[in-house]
Amino acid sequence: MNTRYHSWGRFPRIDQSALRLAWRSQPLPIPSDAQTTYLPFGNGRSYGDVCLNAGGWLLDTRGLDRFMAFDPVDGVLRCEGGVLLDEILSLSVPRGWFPPVVPGTRFVTVGGAIASDVHGKNHHSAGTFGCHVRRLELLRSDGQRLICSPTENPRWFRATIGGLGLTGLILWAEIQLKRIDSAVMDVETIRYGRLDEFFELTAQSDRQYEYTVAWIDCMAIGNHLGRGLFIRGNHAAPGVTPVAAPRGRMTIPVDLPISLINRSSARAFNSFFYHKQARARSAGREHYEAFFFPLDGIGHWNRLYGPRGFLQYQCVLPLTGGRDALREILDRGAHGGIDSFLGVLKVFGDHPSPGLLSFPRPGITVALDFYHHGETTLRLLDDFDALVSTAGGAVYPSKDARMAGASFRTYFPRWRELEHYRDPAFSSSFWRRVTGG
Amino acid sequence: MRRLMIFGATSALAQATARRFAMDGSRFFLVARDRDKLAAVADDLRVRGATLVTVAVADALDFHRHEALVDGAFTALDGLDTLLVSHGSLPDQTACQQDVETLRREFDVNALAVISVLTHAANRFARQGFGSLVAIGSVAGDRGRQSNYVYGAAKGAVAIFMQGLRNRLHGCGVHVLTVKPGFVDTPMTAAFPKGVLWATPQQVTRGIHRAIEKRRDVVYLPGFWRPVMGVLRAVPEALFKRLRL
Repeated sequence: MNTRYHSWGRFPRIDQSALRLAWRSQPLPIPSDAQTTYLPFGNGRSYGDVCLNAGGWLLDTRGLDRFMAFDPVDGVLRCEGGVLLDEILSLSVPRGWFPPVVPGTRFVTVGGAIASDVHGKNHHSAGTFGCHVRRLELLRSDGQRLICSPTENPRWFRATIGGLGLTGLILWAEIQLKRIDSAVMDVETIRYGRLDEFFELTAQSDRQYEYTVAWIDCMAIGNHLGRGLFIRGNHAAPGVTPVAAPRGRMTIPVDLPISLINRSSARAFNSFFYHKQARARSAGREHYEAFFFPLDGIGHWNRLYGPRGFLQYQCVLPLTGGRDALREILDRGAHGGIDSFLGVLKVFGDHPSPGLLSFPRPGITVALDFYHHGETTLRLLDDFDALVSTAGGAVYPSKDARMAGASFRTYFPRWRELEHYRDPAFSSSFWRRVTGG
Repeated sequence: MRRLMIFGATSALAQATARRFAMDGSRFFLVARDRDKLAAVADDLRVRGATLVTVAVADALDFHRHEALVDGAFTALDGLDTLLVSHGSLPDQTACQQDVETLRREFDVNALAVISVLTHAANRFARQGFGSLVAIGSVAGDRGRQSNYVYGAAKGAVAIFMQGLRNRLHGCGVHVLTVKPGFVDTPMTAAFPKGVLWATPQQVTRGIHRAIEKRRDVVYLPGFWRPVMGVLRAVPEALFKRLRL
């Protein structure tokens, strides 16, 4: 039973054993004199080691996949922590409701979305996922059950949102969904040639468009640095002609012996993507799945990176004062002899994130995938960390597999407070790595 | 839209099957041992679209209550057209070899309790002239093997009982479906190492749903088990008894 429990980046590789949970009414299967540690595991879509617990156990929460209550009038959904956003979408979209915030994949659990306090293309208009969690129940290893909300056990609530699963098991949560009139999205895609244009487009768009993001050509350098496709969209008005969901989901069926991601394929893909539309600007309608989850169309796309896995680097930099660091990161990413397949840029809004350790904060965020070349890659990312620290930014723990403890503690000075709320029987590979505990 | 009674409603296969029917607005009468688990399943089905969910807490071994439970389902749902019997346990074969009391209890749970509930519902379905009787058997019931022949014998008994029931009720419009899953990754089989032969409850229940809708007689799930078990059944006993299975 070791094979299933990887993180999405498939690095680090750890043989993990898991206990599978099935009922929220039952106590945790943890002996009172536990000599080892436990960590809730959702659907394994975080990238590095926040969802791994080397030498300890995982608590597989996918069996906690029941809905508990849904009010179709006010859009409040209560469900168990192992429910996937995909399952919520299937239920809620036909009834005219949408999750308030969705990340780039719909295959994350509600518990995972809270534990990472995930964000999406609407951060500037809606904040993080945690902003829309009304209540949740936490089960601690000593058997204590805590209802947490902004008014009940508010400190536990703040520690659990973005708390990386360390404060206890999230049994269920109550989420405020968002009214929609259609499963269709009005989408506009604008090709832009320079980083400055990205900032201009963001400034123009963030008021009228609920969702904005840019895919960047990671191989572009010099004057073209940061060029890409700026994508902005809104849920369509009632009565528009339905658009079918993307069909023919393909999948990478087996682990590949080598990586298909290399400098040539990355360059070809990025260039193809940048030039894929003939016109500089195109507008149209898309099914929400195509708009929000393009990569979900390729099952197990992480296998493309081969047996060594890959690293994702996502950081946030202050809007003023962070641009030079951003340029340097993009430039060195393109020059470094390493191959970044995917790059995404987005400006975070100023909605305060509710969690003690939430990653989103006002600024510009960039996410880059890197094939894992070993030392070269790790050294480059350490250099990025130095730039981010100096600029006063932060790196996203849920995508990290390598940052130094000192960097983490600089980015997240409130980590000691989280340590106070951590369940004594819970820990993760990530937490031990960055806190030295 | 159906009116379903599910006996053993908190089993993984029952839950996943019920979810498929809930989406069409079906009505449910759910029976299981644990009140909290039953409430969790009932709420889930309501959110997914079930128009009515009634629950009853009972143990499969409460034989004297079976008839009243079946009658209760007819009353609560204003009639009944589908019964799914999906409770069960996975006996410890070695313990059953050592202790006949254990063996008898396992046989009661996996064979006689199933047969009892089916009998009560069969008589009412025969009278009304329609209905689907569905029970979860197992590929283990197709041939006795040393590793789990107590479970296999109980599941085999259910399968043969249902053959007879199917034969009896064929003329009066009642459908009898025997479901024979292979290895399914559920809490009941949590202790087993999983290989390529293992299916998820979702895969299996897609097949159960289809088999009910299409009024099939016997389904193997996933379907590759039918030829596999065909071969296994064809091995002469003189040879089979020498195998370590």
